[in-house]
Amino acid sequence: MATTTITKTEPLVGKRIRRREDPRLITGAATYVDDIKLPGMYHAAILRSPHGAARIAALDISRAAAHPGVVAVFTGKDITGVGPVPCGASLPGLRVPVHTILAQDRVYFVGHPVAVVVASDRYIARDGVDLIDVEWDVLPAVSDPEKAIAGDAPAVHPEWPDNIAFHHHQENGNVDDAFAQAEVVVKQRITSQRLIPTAMETRGVVADFQTGDKALTLYSSTQVPHLLRTLIALMLGLPENKTRVVAPEMGGGFGSKLNVYAEEALMGFVAMKIGKPVKWIESRRENYLTTIHGRGHVDYFEIAAKRDGTILGMKLKLIQDIGAYHQLLTPAIPTLSVLMMPGLYKFQNIRAHVVGAFTNCVPTDAYRGAGRPEATHGIERMVDMLAAEIGMDPVEIRLKNFVANEQFPFSTATGLVYDSGNYAAPLMKALDLVDYQGLRAQQKKAREEGRLMGIGISTYGEICAFGPSPATPAGGWESATVKIDPTGKVTVMTGACPHGQGEETTFAQITADELGIPLDDIHVIRGDTAIVQYGIGTFGSRGTAVGGAALYFALQEVKAKLKRYGAMLLESDDVSYQGGQCVCNKTGRTVSLAEMSGASYRAMKLPPNTSPGMQVTNFWEPPNFTFPFGAHIAVTEIDRETGAVQVKRYFAVDDIGNIINPLIVDGQLHGGVAQGLGQALYEQAVYDENAQLVTGELMDYAVPKATMVPWIESDHTVTPSPVNPLGVKGVGEAGTIGCSPAMVNSVVDALRPLGVKHVDMPMTSEKIWRILNSAQA
Amino acid sequence: MQSKVHVQTTINGEPREFLCEPRQSLLECLRDTLGLTGTKEGCNDGNCGACTVTMDGRVVTSCLVLGVEAAGAEVTTVEGIARGSALHPLQRAFLENAALQCGICTPGFLVAANALLEAEPDPDEQRIRLWLANNLCRCTGYDKIIRAVQQAAREMRGANA
Repeated sequence: MATTTITKTEPLVGKRIRRREDPRLITGAATYVDDIKLPGMYHAAILRSPHGAARIAALDISRAAAHPGVVAVFTGKDITGVGPVPCGASLPGLRVPVHTILAQDRVYFVGHPVAVVVASDRYIARDGVDLIDVEWDVLPAVSDPEKAIAGDAPAVHPEWPDNIAFHHHQENGNVDDAFAQAEVVVKQRITSQRLIPTAMETRGVVADFQTGDKALTLYSSTQVPHLLRTLIALMLGLPENKTRVVAPEMGGGFGSKLNVYAEEALMGFVAMKIGKPVKWIESRRENYLTTIHGRGHVDYFEIAAKRDGTILGMKLKLIQDIGAYHQLLTPAIPTLSVLMMPGLYKFQNIRAHVVGAFTNCVPTDAYRGAGRPEATHGIERMVDMLAAEIGMDPVEIRLKNFVANEQFPFSTATGLVYDSGNYAAPLMKALDLVDYQGLRAQQKKAREEGRLMGIGISTYGEICAFGPSPATPAGGWESATVKIDPTGKVTVMTGACPHGQGEETTFAQITADELGIPLDDIHVIRGDTAIVQYGIGTFGSRGTAVGGAALYFALQEVKAKLKRYGAMLLESDDVSYQGGQCVCNKTGRTVSLAEMSGASYRAMKLPPNTSPGMQVTNFWEPPNFTFPFGAHIAVTEIDRETGAVQVKRYFAVDDIGNIINPLIVDGQLHGGVAQGLGQALYEQAVYDENAQLVTGELMDYAVPKATMVPWIESDHTVTPSPVNPLGVKGVGEAGTIGCSPAMVNSVVDALRPLGVKHVDMPMTSEKIWRILNSAQA
Repeated sequence: MQSKVHVQTTINGEPREFLCEPRQSLLECLRDTLGLTGTKEGCNDGNCGACTVTMDGRVVTSCLVLGVEAAGAEVTTVEGIARGSALHPLQRAFLENAALQCGICTPGFLVAANALLEAEPDPDEQRIRLWLANNLCRCTGYDKIIRAVQQAAREMRGANA
């Protein structure tokens, strides 16, 4: 024990700390699922339906099975003991088609898995797939959700000829009165097109069945390793304690890996059958055909207001393209759109009706924003259209209708309680940054010169930090373990599963500050169910806001225990913990963290009512969601000759509560905006009338390239969340949600002199060129 | 099964030899045969750039090159970017700017950007964006990647001055 002066360490939370993930990533040293090579490992390839709908008249695997190097072929009749792909969401009257992991006698979408070939290498496995003979009895298919429910479309599932998966209705306040009192009503059909998430790493699974122990290890690129373990164990009939899921390094997810997929169970099944490890890496084509898509909305909005701009109420009829099946959360996603409908505004009268439409397409599910971008796009478009209708500035109408600062916590028309906010602050800051009045003057001049310049504003809100457990299908808490070794080194195990978000760094920052120790003394582990306590995972901007909060509380407990050991070692009741040591407030004597932790393991003497060891696990249930907000401004100019939309400047002022690491937060926002921009300008999953995916590879699906994304100028306001002790709100989806309405509002603003009132996404140059031509004709 | 071809090549400055089927891609040979898993597969059809390597100084997507084509060539992968145990200025700039998130596209970006800076020490922003337009990133919106390449270019020009 030494007496030392305590040096006050500078807090790391709030600093631009370099990401500790990066050294392994920039040298090619990280291990993603495709980098895993187990001894004796086989490779699988999957035969998939080339048709949107068909009966399997005959299926002959004999040539494939006889091919040299092929060790096994399995079809739908072999997997009878395996449970169906689960749907975790429930709604009253929800129709849930049985989603077997291989097709039985019928296929429902292009890419539907029909058979799996297992071979000594992946080339031979694919050769084997080509040697399976299938006789297809092709059936009519439907890919358009509105046509699907119009009454005369082919039935996706013969048992439900109306193609309706569910109805969901929510109504609050008095909508009929609001519309009766309205001086102006604006109606608009707005689509949020189907998008393909396109994580740059496709899905992939390595399954390893240890025949002696009858235990399965599944390496999978998944955002939810523990949920996957539970559900895979149930599907395969394995005891959960003999099922292990490892999410290795992951190449992005964006919601597309927040799921339980047929192939994950299928590889487990294959490994159990052949008694050897097996690997399946999704090809990009398979990724586009069979990993969930996002969005897929047709929305009919109506907004009622007074002439002075006061919004009275809103109606929405939402048609959600479900696809052929429900994946894990498919039917829940549009219900989030309904919850998010009021945006940042205080009106209390809302009616929403959602119809889920089955189509012969791959299921939709959570994609960055998941239901909230669609809603925000709708409300922010409607507010702009209303402003145009009554001749009001889009800034003024927003300021008039914002929830006021003194109204927080604010109960919304849809039953949410917004935690904290200062909605005018980011808007005013953004206007200041862009010199709004100056821009409007520039626009006036541009219009006089015949140029099409637009200024688009969106003030978005979002629901983050999913979420209180009663509002989340599989629990919405998160867990953290903090263990301190006898030598004083600290390991954090989080139940969240970051996959690019950098939480190994942010969680280390939180831990370093709380324990007063250097970052280098902290190791963060995630993604292995054999090591990490049960957790929920990373999605819905919850990693830090829920997982970080769980860590914070675990750290408080471990600090309290350290302090009890410190008091014992210092033989004093009056001690405090700071700067990585315990100090006796009377004598100034100190003991280090390593000394306290070491004493807890040797346990020669224990403090009163204190156990040996230095390890704490905390499960934290959040009392509410968090509600970030912000203002995005897009300045565009349209090329009259080509219709190309040029983004001259893009500003994002976001309020995501407290910021742990600005370097990471900037990156999350940039990437989010790029995905919003992709939806606004470029991306669309297109199925033709036979339900063939036309945009089936990167050549045809326009993921934005470096030449297509502008610099993103960003700033923040900070309104801490009272929901968690870190005051954070979540940042993963903000950019995506804020961007698309700012972009469309900007383009519509540019086209306003031509009488254009609305443009649906994606606003490709062809689409704008056609608008220009028809307007000029 | 076709018989395998013996290929002698140079990878990251070291002579290497391997056996491959005539139909196997260089990407597959690097990753599966030679254990150089830093080069990533993102699409296997030349559209994403995750598998970018240089072959005799030319930027190629290794998924579209056959393993047998590497015979007699000099191939550089992300594992060969660092200068001994010291990180390459590009790697340092990526680290300082956090110009990556999930990291799966990063090896391709580093190899492509390195080829750019070797050919053109002072590219402007548009040139960098155009050169890197063969490499897709879904996480970063490219902002920090462009800044990192600009920073590394400045540093490398300074070091060579």
